[in-house]
Amino acid sequence: MNNALVTFDNVQKNFGKFVAVKELSFEIYEGEFLAIMGPSGCGKTTTLRMLAGLEAPSSGKIHLKSQVMNDVPPHERDTPLVWQSLALFPFLSTRENVEFGLKMRGVDKAERKERALKWLDKVGILDFADREISTLSGGQKQRVALARSLVMEPQILLLDEPLSALDANLVIRMQAVLTNLQRELGITFVYVTHSQSEAFAMADRVIIMSEGEIAQIGKPKDIYREPANQFVAEFVGRNNILSGTVTSLEKSTALISTSSGEFKVPTNSVQLTKGQNTSFVISADLVHISLEKPAGINVVFCKLISEEFVGSMVTLFLEDAEGQEFKVQMQERELSKFDLSGGTEIWLSWDAKSAHVIREY
Amino acid sequence: MKPNRTLNIILTTYVILIFVFIFSPIIFSMIFSFNSQRFPTIPLGHFSTEWYQKILADPDVWDAARNSLIVSSCTAVIATLLGFCTAYSDYRYNFRFKGPYLALILLPPTIPLIIMALAMLAWFSKIGMSGQIYSIVIAHSVLTAPFAMAVIRLRLSQMDPDLEAAAWNLGGSEWATMRHVIIPFCKPAIFSGLFLTAAVSFDEFAVSWFVSGLNKTLPVLILEIVQGNIDPQVNAIGTFVFLISMTLVVLAQIFFASRQMKSF
Repeated sequence: MNNALVTFDNVQKNFGKFVAVKELSFEIYEGEFLAIMGPSGCGKTTTLRMLAGLEAPSSGKIHLKSQVMNDVPPHERDTPLVWQSLALFPFLSTRENVEFGLKMRGVDKAERKERALKWLDKVGILDFADREISTLSGGQKQRVALARSLVMEPQILLLDEPLSALDANLVIRMQAVLTNLQRELGITFVYVTHSQSEAFAMADRVIIMSEGEIAQIGKPKDIYREPANQFVAEFVGRNNILSGTVTSLEKSTALISTSSGEFKVPTNSVQLTKGQNTSFVISADLVHISLEKPAGINVVFCKLISEEFVGSMVTLFLEDAEGQEFKVQMQERELSKFDLSGGTEIWLSWDAKSAHVIREY
Repeated sequence: MKPNRTLNIILTTYVILIFVFIFSPIIFSMIFSFNSQRFPTIPLGHFSTEWYQKILADPDVWDAARNSLIVSSCTAVIATLLGFCTAYSDYRYNFRFKGPYLALILLPPTIPLIIMALAMLAWFSKIGMSGQIYSIVIAHSVLTAPFAMAVIRLRLSQMDPDLEAAAWNLGGSEWATMRHVIIPFCKPAIFSGLFLTAAVSFDEFAVSWFVSGLNKTLPVLILEIVQGNIDPQVNAIGTFVFLISMTLVVLAQIFFASRQMKSF
């Protein structure tokens, strides 16, 4: 593992004066599931389209292994894409859709049929092989689109927000289908999405993009617990972000004074100086609540503003006397031990190890 | 909206009257084509196919029918091809002066036919191409291509913009994509365009009359007969022309409708 399959080397893409992708450099490893995530307009889809040859980089180079791909036309690349719009051919049957790529590659009729049926079986829609595309449901169409790309048996599969049109239940099911396929086939998946839950649920590594640049690249857990900057911390969500001034420094911890009080934060590898302004985050699920004032430091007194239920998880929205907003995420069954209502005053606390200094401010 | 009875009756009557105005001359012409009397008067004589036998025996009518058939089928193919190319160039490419380019293509049907016909005649005479059967084909192709373009352009506008790129992505070259994706997708509109342009060309009189020379088409022949005397043969030829045009238009509509129903 960790052999680079694709390398982006200072790739830039301009549309007129607009810079869609800015001096992008990263590697895609063989056999990994890489998610590229960001808000709309961050350049994630443009990056994917450049990989498929549908957009030409304005400058920089894209390598596939040792070959420079910049001038290879899309139809000579082996980079099938699963489209957000699916882009199935409406005038062809399910099987003919799956056979399309093989037909373009000049595979003979009998083999085309055999391979198409094999892949329709693999994605679980063999029974619909001779149906018209228009008669299929959203989830079935999704599987056809997947089979149509996978039948090419590529080294790398590109996916552009393929699940965005499906309802929540189906999304979870399709996520399982995708991760299983990826593990089983060992193909590199590059998955573009604006959905954090999709990216974090499936990917080995996640790239977070903002305004055409990489904001952070890393394992989902690292990005979640240790966002590199304010943008990632906010984008990933359910994070408490506090800003303040460094008042004293010890070996591996700093004391940071904020409007909500003074907090002890591990510095990790971040270079801090006394008197410097900085920010730190605490994931909402690492904050504890209690009705009595807990002993120790890293304690805030808050008023409950509102609650949000998502299945078994609850997010509490709170505010301290200074108007600083806090979020706490916990199991519903744990919360039911407390008798809370809007306006209830509670104490928040967290382990000093849970906090994480944001590198840039 | 609440259905208004009076308004409904008025509108229905209005529609019926329009159809009566449009179709009664044609229906009368059909009736008289089977009438034994020479003059179109009431009461009618007895049922007769005399006029049909006459036109079938007339080599002039056969020549005109052959000319009409050649002209309309050649025109249909050329005009639909032109229409497809312009519709696709509009769909696929963005370029400077695209507005004027499209306006220029859509211009011919807006020019009064008589002016168009005179201009065509003058131009063909100048370059020594007048009076030929292909002169009519060229003139009609210019005249009818916008109709084909309009239906094909409408169809292309219903196409998922990713469809073409999806075909490239799956290994289709630009030509293969044209053949296996664009043309199959536009097929209903292409057929619709073929029948529509054939129908317009088959009926067209003014331009044909000016540029045809000795190669008369059916509408030109009808005028010549009517100019000479009153001859019920005209009713028989007219019925024949009407039925052919109607069939073509209906076929065009069938393809048009099937396409609407299967739009995605």
